[in-house]
Amino acid sequence: MEAFSVLVGQASGETAADAKNIAAAAGAGYAYGLAAIGPGIGIGYLVGKSVEAMARQPEAAGMVRTTMFLGIAFTEALALIGFVVFILLKFA
Amino acid sequence: MLGLEFPPINELLRWQDIFPTFNKIALIAVAAALISIVLFLIASRRDPMVAPTGVRNLAEVTIDFIEESVVMQTLGKSGLKWTPFLLSLFLFIFLCNIPGVIPIIQMPATARIAIPLSLALLVWVIYIGTGIKHQGLAYFGHLLWPPGVPTALKPLVGIIEFISTILVTPFSLTVRLMANMLAGHILLVTFSLLTTALFRAQTSQLFLVPMSILPFAMLIFLTAFEILVAFLQAYIFAILAAVYINNSTVGHAEEH
Repeated sequence: MEAFSVLVGQASGETAADAKNIAAAAGAGYAYGLAAIGPGIGIGYLVGKSVEAMARQPEAAGMVRTTMFLGIAFTEALALIGFVVFILLKFA
Repeated sequence: MLGLEFPPINELLRWQDIFPTFNKIALIAVAAALISIVLFLIASRRDPMVAPTGVRNLAEVTIDFIEESVVMQTLGKSGLKWTPFLLSLFLFIFLCNIPGVIPIIQMPATARIAIPLSLALLVWVIYIGTGIKHQGLAYFGHLLWPPGVPTALKPLVGIIEFISTILVTPFSLTVRLMANMLAGHILLVTFSLLTTALFRAQTSQLFLVPMSILPFAMLIFLTAFEILVAFLQAYIFAILAAVYINNSTVGHAEEH
C-alpha cells in the first residue's frame, strides 16, 4: 500500500493529502475484496447443501429454506461489515 | 478524469431539509408507519364473513405469510401471540426499504443507520425483557453459562456468551439491514451515473454513446434485484427477531 501511494505520488507530484486519499481508496478496495472471499465461499457451500437437501427430501423444503435464509443472514454479516469498512475508508 | 464524478456520500443520502430536523428519511418513515396503519384499519372495517377482496385480501395474505413462514417456523404454536409485533416490524421495514426503487423518491430510509439501530435496540430490549419474564433473574445465568459448562471454563465462556448475546446481536441486526440497503442504493447510483456519463460523452469515438445501453440494462436488472432484497431483508429481520425471542423464552437448556 505504502509503495503504491509513494509510486503514484512520485509520478504526478502530489501532496501528502492526495497520497492519503489514494492510500485510503486502495485500502478500501482491498478491505471489501478480502471481506467478500470468506462469505462467498460460505454462502455457496450453504446454498449448495440446502439445494441438495431439498432435492433429496422435497417435503422438508419449507424448513430447509427458512434455516437456509437464517444461515445466509449470519454468513453475509461478515461481508457487510467489510462493506461498512469500505464506506468508512472511502468517504470518511 | 473519466468525465464521471461520483458525488460525496452526504449528497447521496440527503435531501434538502423541509424543516431543520425533518428530511426525506423521516418523511419516508412517517409515511411507512401511516400506510401500514391505514391499510390495516381499512381492512379491519370490512365484513369478516364474506370472501375477502381488495385491501382486506392484502392484509390477510400478509398476516398469513408472517404466521406461516416466520412465527410457525421459529416460535411454534405457542408463539402466535408475537404475530402482531413481528407483522408490524416486517411491514415497517419493508415499506421503508421499498422507496429505494420507487422513481422520484429513490431512497431506502433504512440506508441511514438511525432506523435500523432503533429497531434493533427495540428487539434487544424485547428479547431481554422476555427472558427476564420467562426465567426471572436466572435468565442472566443461562445467558452467560449454558448448562454443562465445566467450572474451569466459566470465565471464558461467560465473556464469549456475553459479547455474542448482548453486544454482537444488536450490532449485526443493525449493520445487516443498513449495509444491505446502502449497498443497493450505491449500486443503483453507480449504474445511473455510468449510463448518463456514457450517454452524454463528448467523444470522437461515437460508437461509445450507444454503449450506454449496457449499464442501463444492468440498472434495470439491479432495480428488480433491489425489490427482492427489500423484501428479503424485512423478512430476515423479522425472522431473526423471532429466533432471538425464542432463545430467551426456552433458555439454553432446550436449545442444544
